[in-house]
Amino acid sequence: MTTFLWVIVPYVCLAVFVVGHVWRYRYDKFGWTTRSSQLYESRLLRIGSPLFHLGMLGVVMGHVIGLVIPQVWTNALGLSPHAYHVIALAGGIPAGIAAVVGLAILVYRRRTTGPVFRATTVNDKVMYAVLGTVVVLGMWNTVAGSLLQFGGEYNYREGVSVWFRSIFTLQPEPALMAEAPLGFRLHALLAFLLFAMWPFTRLVHVFSAPLGYLTRPYLVYRSKDARPGRGTGNRAPQRGWDKPELTRK
Amino acid sequence: MRVMAQMAMVMNLDKCIGCHTCSVTCKQAWTNRAGTEYVWFNNVETRPGLGYPRGYENQDEWQGGWVMKGGRLRLRAGGRLKKLATIFSNPKMPSIQDYYEPWTYDYETLLNAPAQKTFPVARPHSLISGKPINVSWSANWDDDLGGSREHAVKDPMLKGIEDKVRMEFEKTFMFYLPRICEHCLNPSCAASCPSGAIYKREEDGIVLVDQDRCRGWRMCITGCPYKKVYFNHKTGKAEKCTFCYPRIEVGIPTVCSETCVGRLRYIGLVLYDADKVLEAATTEDDHDLYEAQLGVFLDPEDPEVRREAERAGIPADWVEAARRSPVKKLILDYRVALPLHPEYRTMPMVWYIPPLSPVVDVVKDTGHDAEDVDNLFGAIDTLRIPVEYLANLFTAGDVAPVDGVLRKLAAMRSYMRDINLGRDPRDEIPAAVGMEGEAMYEMFRLLALAKYSERYVIPPAHAEQAHALEELATECSVSAYGGGQQDVFGEGSGAAPTPVAVENFRVLQQTQSADSLEQLPGDNPLRGRVNLLTWDGRGMPDGLFPSDREAGR
Ligand code: SF4
Ligand code: SF4
Repeated sequence: MTTFLWVIVPYVCLAVFVVGHVWRYRYDKFGWTTRSSQLYESRLLRIGSPLFHLGMLGVVMGHVIGLVIPQVWTNALGLSPHAYHVIALAGGIPAGIAAVVGLAILVYRRRTTGPVFRATTVNDKVMYAVLGTVVVLGMWNTVAGSLLQFGGEYNYREGVSVWFRSIFTLQPEPALMAEAPLGFRLHALLAFLLFAMWPFTRLVHVFSAPLGYLTRPYLVYRSKDARPGRGTGNRAPQRGWDKPELTRK
Repeated sequence: MRVMAQMAMVMNLDKCIGCHTCSVTCKQAWTNRAGTEYVWFNNVETRPGLGYPRGYENQDEWQGGWVMKGGRLRLRAGGRLKKLATIFSNPKMPSIQDYYEPWTYDYETLLNAPAQKTFPVARPHSLISGKPINVSWSANWDDDLGGSREHAVKDPMLKGIEDKVRMEFEKTFMFYLPRICEHCLNPSCAASCPSGAIYKREEDGIVLVDQDRCRGWRMCITGCPYKKVYFNHKTGKAEKCTFCYPRIEVGIPTVCSETCVGRLRYIGLVLYDADKVLEAATTEDDHDLYEAQLGVFLDPEDPEVRREAERAGIPADWVEAARRSPVKKLILDYRVALPLHPEYRTMPMVWYIPPLSPVVDVVKDTGHDAEDVDNLFGAIDTLRIPVEYLANLFTAGDVAPVDGVLRKLAAMRSYMRDINLGRDPRDEIPAAVGMEGEAMYEMFRLLALAKYSERYVIPPAHAEQAHALEELATECSVSAYGGGQQDVFGEGSGAAPTPVAVENFRVLQQTQSADSLEQLPGDNPLRGRVNLLTWDGRGMPDGLFPSDREAGR
């Protein structure tokens, strides 16, 4: 069971994540969008969306630091685990609160604004459920586990983080996860499930962060045959399975 | 000098009867889909009026287009950093209520209602929320000045003259303004797009949204000062007027032009110097922008320009088409067409001949001769209200160019009356507006009588570019299947075929532009045939039935 949960599931999910994105990008560029609902409702979105997204950016950065940078490195920098912990909480808690509050506003908006709710697909609902649970579990781990230290102290940087890195070095250490508190285990498992769903949901828009905008010239000129076979609407031959997700509804 | 060709349009507002045929045919062709119910790539608004979306010209509110700030051209809604910082929710996006909430009627009750004393009523239902709604606004709510006391007085273009314009039905003036995307030379929609999905085509200047690259950030909707980019709320992508590129590519006009009842639209090429666009758009004074844009255009008669055009890879027949272009004539030669809101600095490319009718109507109503040049000139000088209003629309408020155009139109009216009545034409009339009699007559012909082929000078597709026509689904249908050598796939395979669509469209075009079937060229299958629509039903004229040989084809 330990091997299945903490070795097989992560690898399968990551594989789906990578291959899924390649597939989606090649066959469904048309469906690759934020699917904004701002046209229907703007007031709540103006508050909820930036809160959630900026909060999430902070949270993701926190995860990258917490999971990727080994504890020995920060120790070597002269940062005691305790000091690190304080810094992580100082950054993580506000970001987490912003994300949770933003998400709550967005979900409330989605449920109560008629047109927005009507534009919500089953796919969206499942994704929100998983995403919401992952975020709430994460908050729980931080607040209950790290801040208030219910059920004793757990240093994830000696457990979860090491396991996480071990997946990428191809020498997985599932035992580390089996020892982790339940909250951490659920959070990690659902997060991997979210990764597996990622390419098939609207979350793909994360990978379209338009950073190129900062450097490209304002005006784009394009020849109509710049990219024969693709480019300006000359779409590549369609495949049978190539149905834009959004028209399937 | 970097010569580029731009497909452009001119509309003669005096002839628009506000019938909305253009809007309806455009909608049928392009936006009759879920997600675009509220979208009108072509809309016709009554002026004075709020337009569509409501009050879009108020840029203090909507933040569209470019502004001069610190001697540099900047997007009014903020540059790159601001755009990325606010990417999670656009601070200035019109809501569906600013366009209007599209609706349908619950027709079923009409069919299912039981027998009753009163008529059953089909209630309007919102296409957005699905709930019954009380329809209280739409794309043409203030059509023909309906409710103008309430709506037209809020027209942003009445700024500064609002006290002079009385919104009383008998005293106000009115005209129609059909609008499509301007296919700007300096499009702020493209500049606002974080993904770089909106682009201007090098060949003909048409501005398009790449549906595969659009990620739904919605910045273009704010960026366009004319509010001519729309958000498809089903696909989550931006859509806009395409200048009917699949039709233009095969040499036929846009749907709105083709179906225009007033025959008031002209389509043709304009050559311009792409290197000068930015400089012209940064002209300090708003009033100089019209002249600045004229300065960007190039004269296709100039041998130097033609040499440069050739170097830039513009085919010879395109340059030829630019010489014959009715748009070029109206904008550059006669100088009667003006850009819509040059002060937005996007260098729009759909221009308008302002209407003389508000002036003519007043002269007529006061019992004076509305075709007498002095009466008309006098009226243009004294009737400041329509002139100032037109200037707010077309020249950033500078009345001199509008005056000039209206005087030309007035002069043409008088000059032509003498000719039509068989009197000697008075050459002092055109001279008073700085034109030759002959030029004035030519201008009259172009404005009043021009045939299909003169109103639309669209160079047909190039066979050597045919593979790139976006209208065709695949790259090369023959070679893709391993053919291309002999006639294995039947007649014509292997040769470079003219795309079927091109052939069909050419036949269609000849049919549409010929005055009678006899005039069709020899290879047109309809030549010599009887047009059943005009056949009087008597006897059996030659050509009533196709010949055996034709029938066997
Ligand atoms: S009018 Fe057309 S080309 Fe110009 S900014 Fe608007 S959408 Fe872009
Ligand atoms: S079809 Fe022509 S006449 Fe009718 S509203 Fe449109 S532009 Fe005006």
